[in-house]
Amino acid sequence: MIDIIGLVFIGVGLAFDVFGVLGLVRLPDVYNRLQAATKAVTLGTCSILFGTFLVVGFCAAGFKAILCMLFLLLTSPVAAHAIARGAHRSGIKLWEKSVVDKYAQDKEGEK
Amino acid sequence: MNDYIGLRRLKWFVGMVFLVGIVSLIILRPLPFLFYPDLPYLGFLGRALYIIILACVLCLYRIWKGPTGADRIVAIDILGIMIVGLCSILTISTGRSWYIDIGIAWALQSFICSLALSKYLEGKDFDD
Repeated sequence: MIDIIGLVFIGVGLAFDVFGVLGLVRLPDVYNRLQAATKAVTLGTCSILFGTFLVVGFCAAGFKAILCMLFLLLTSPVAAHAIARGAHRSGIKLWEKSVVDKYAQDKEGEK
Repeated sequence: MNDYIGLRRLKWFVGMVFLVGIVSLIILRPLPFLFYPDLPYLGFLGRALYIIILACVLCLYRIWKGPTGADRIVAIDILGIMIVGLCSILTISTGRSWYIDIGIAWALQSFICSLALSKYLEGKDFDD
């Protein structure tokens, strides 16, 4: 029974992965792509790792999967934030239909 | 204008042929495992490997055709995270526990690679 629950987790994670990569391919802007892809793919891969833990059970590989899941949950938002900051500072334009750019307003206020 | 509409219909047709081919490949013929064919759930896991390889190919398309450098860096980050999931599925489907070690090392290397590439993207100051 718990194997079936783990396989359901793996299927949900695969669906999130595919939808995140579709967002990476189809969306118009660097920031939109980053937002869609990072969140969806992080959740999908963490779900796949948790399903691996449920299928494998309480052994070394299962605890390594839990460790890897915690590591991904901690580091993936940090990397996404660093990439977005670097892209904005290197002068990449937003999409022309974007509404607001708070980071540029903050930098204008500092001067 | 007429030529443009015809070209767009041709692109839709080629895309639908690719989509139907990929879905029928996933449903009809899962990826075979040669070494340990006795483990359970191998049909589901073979189809899962197809789906994750398809996602990696879409990431490689974004790396190949990104308009700016930041698109390529985002795609490299996503590809690294997805290969961790691939190693995790390989852990179940082959029964070898050292594939998840490769996954942990790949996650660490991908994180440091993303930080270094974003620092390179930001510009001059490597120090702070």
